[in-house]
Amino acid sequence: MTTITADGVLPARTPAGNHLAGAVRSCETTGLPLCAVSSRFVRWHAVAAVVFLLIGGIGAILLALTRWPAVHLLNPPWYYRVLTLHGLNMLIFWILNFEVAILYFVGTTLLNSRLYSAALAWAGFLLMIAGAIIVDIAILSGTSDVLMTSYVPLLAHPAFYLGIILVAVGCLLGVINFFGTLYIAKRDGTYEGSVPLVVFGATAAAIIAVVTLLHGAAAMIPAFLWSVGLMDGVDPSWYRSTWWGLGHMSQQVNVCAMVSVWYLIGTLSVGSKPLSETVCRGAFLLYILFINVASAHHLLTDPGVGAAWKIWNTSYAMYLAVLASMVHGFTVPASIEVAMRGKGFRRGLFGWLTAAPWKNPAFSGFFLSLVIFGFGGGITGVVLGTQQINIMAHNTLRIPGHFHVTVVGGTTLAFMALTYYLVPLVFRREFPARVLCRLQPWIFGIGITLFAIGMSFAGSYGVPRRHWDVEFSGALFATGFDSGAHVMLGLMGIGGVIAATGLFLYIALVVAAVFFGRSNAGAGMEPWHTERSGGEVARPGDEDEHHTPGTLVLTGIFLLSFVVYYFANWKWLSDVWHVR
Amino acid sequence: MSIHSPPEDWFEAPSGAERVWIGIAMIWCLVMFIAMPYWYFFGKQNSTGEAYRVTPAAFSARVNTFVESHKVGEVKGMPIAEPAPGGDAYLLARMWQWYPVLKLRKGQTYRIHISSTDLQHGFSLQPLNMNFQILPGYDHVLTITPTSAGEFSIVCNEFCGIGHHLMTGQILVEEQAP
Ligand code: HEM
Ligand SMILES: [Cu+2]
Ligand SMILES: [Cu+2]
Repeated sequence: MTTITADGVLPARTPAGNHLAGAVRSCETTGLPLCAVSSRFVRWHAVAAVVFLLIGGIGAILLALTRWPAVHLLNPPWYYRVLTLHGLNMLIFWILNFEVAILYFVGTTLLNSRLYSAALAWAGFLLMIAGAIIVDIAILSGTSDVLMTSYVPLLAHPAFYLGIILVAVGCLLGVINFFGTLYIAKRDGTYEGSVPLVVFGATAAAIIAVVTLLHGAAAMIPAFLWSVGLMDGVDPSWYRSTWWGLGHMSQQVNVCAMVSVWYLIGTLSVGSKPLSETVCRGAFLLYILFINVASAHHLLTDPGVGAAWKIWNTSYAMYLAVLASMVHGFTVPASIEVAMRGKGFRRGLFGWLTAAPWKNPAFSGFFLSLVIFGFGGGITGVVLGTQQINIMAHNTLRIPGHFHVTVVGGTTLAFMALTYYLVPLVFRREFPARVLCRLQPWIFGIGITLFAIGMSFAGSYGVPRRHWDVEFSGALFATGFDSGAHVMLGLMGIGGVIAATGLFLYIALVVAAVFFGRSNAGAGMEPWHTERSGGEVARPGDEDEHHTPGTLVLTGIFLLSFVVYYFANWKWLSDVWHVR
Repeated sequence: MSIHSPPEDWFEAPSGAERVWIGIAMIWCLVMFIAMPYWYFFGKQNSTGEAYRVTPAAFSARVNTFVESHKVGEVKGMPIAEPAPGGDAYLLARMWQWYPVLKLRKGQTYRIHISSTDLQHGFSLQPLNMNFQILPGYDHVLTITPTSAGEFSIVCNEFCGIGHHLMTGQILVEEQAP
């Protein structure tokens, strides 16, 4: 039996859940069971995430306006201070809080289970908040201008390390709570057969998160002990490799979470289903198996680690984690294409795409996230992570140029997109100003793309990251960069202002919806996009589940861009001095 | 549906366009892997990470000995040192300078030892845009052959405190002596 819902077609579920009486409600829109306890923590973590996004966003605009040479807003101490603030509030506090919310949401709702432990959820939440507040105070007090990586022997206030440790422990409790939920759902038989794909992806994220957080402990605990005088010092090389065990692997957590969200939104917005469960799950498995020591990407020009180690750990001989992303990069749009063709939108190569529910900001945000992550983040990531090419990229603006199209244009935008379902379904509030909602993903997506293009190419001219003055005024040896670099920094500044506008608009819309939005309790969510039928008759071959010519063309263009950029970089490398 | 449990028999080999794509992606991933060992053996630009443990005091002493015996001039109060072709050169990174200025010859190969006596620094040679990480306690050896002549800047691209953006240095490369 199927029920037609606001934006997708969802079959009703059969097995009974394990909820306590009165602690579950059936979603009026999707028919999914919402655990009351888990929903409460989803809301708390989501609200906290948005607060940290606001702090990070204020930092973002200040930084963009400082690195734009024509504006050069902050003075040096405040630039480095705000950089520390921005990195941690964005990459750690915003992202982790949102991810815990996702784990709680998919673990309970999609498995028809209750949350494993409310006490654990409270403890995790409070630790994450307390830790983040401690870190932010330490930074703003001016005692911890060490940037988020706090590379030893730079020394921060002990509270800085302590706060990060608290956040990590709190997050670990959230992950344990998720595993506990998986356990009781299985034990109580709340679902039949295997877990849904989205839960599978979230589980992959959670597994990597555990390894990640343990690396974080291995880096931060010695640094903390050193800062309070209980240890003599921390070896900088050892610190870098463990810190990046946290820093890089957590990006794989973000990728897993983002891809899961892509599949989730695909289903909610157009009712898509994976072409092949085996392939999608296999790709998540590759993430778990082949990412682990990928901190190598950050040590490619480090002393003390050999070329063989670098080459091996960059790729594990065949880039199976990259393969996984390329597989998702195909199956996600392909599943949309199949679903849309199935609805009768069959005209030409891209009729399915033009007819997609673009009025639904969750869909447009998701699709932009897919394109930005794939074309921007994926290609630059592999190129920068190529052992020798990294010589031309290490610590230049090419690096933040890359990750602002992965974790920002990709993950953050996907999370923003999900919010357009999360607020109506879990907070049961409608978004006001729906025109602005529909524009928001575009403003943010286009802004961050321009920003990252500017940053990346400025980095190709050699402009360093984490650097206050590209003019080097007052330095002993005057130097500077090509005028092309200045054009690119200007583009970066303009893109940054546009992206920040999109980010603040998102926060304003969420606040307006959550606090002042019309309640939809009892009525269900107002659809973002009115479903219509394509009405085009099927032609021979259309019933084929794997008829995805449009996606093949898109991925073909992607591969071509990838190959061109990749070999262009080898060419540039061959022109510089010889070095071994 | 991605949000519901799959049918019992969900295990199936990929087929159709999906299978084609996986095949193409796999080949591309292998090409990208092979490129790295290939470049290691046949390419001219590699980061081998050659490094030796050294205490900051010992490294400072080596730099000073090197500067005393190889000094050929001075610029802006900073000594210029010229290592013998094929020989060792020393470069000290410290808050916030690169010491000394090195004078090299195009086409000659040098072993440049770089380390820090305080924080981590980033050796960034401009406008070539070649970048290496410098750590205290590690003597990072770059075996470098300049292939162009002129005045090159070293900037620091690892955050090293409030004067980080003022940390610049120089490498001068002369055309090969006749
Ligand atoms: C409106 C959106 C954003 C803008 C305009 C922006 C801008 C910037 C700028 C200008 C920098 C400084 C680069 C440098 O000088 O080295 C930076 C650094 C950074 N940003 Fe963003 N950002 C945005 C959103 C985000 C988000 C959402 C995240 C994470 C989820 C993020 C993570 C980071 C990180 C990790 C750094 C590096 C910090 C460091 O080097 O220590 N940013 N950003
Ligand atoms: Cu420095
Ligand atoms: Cu520096």
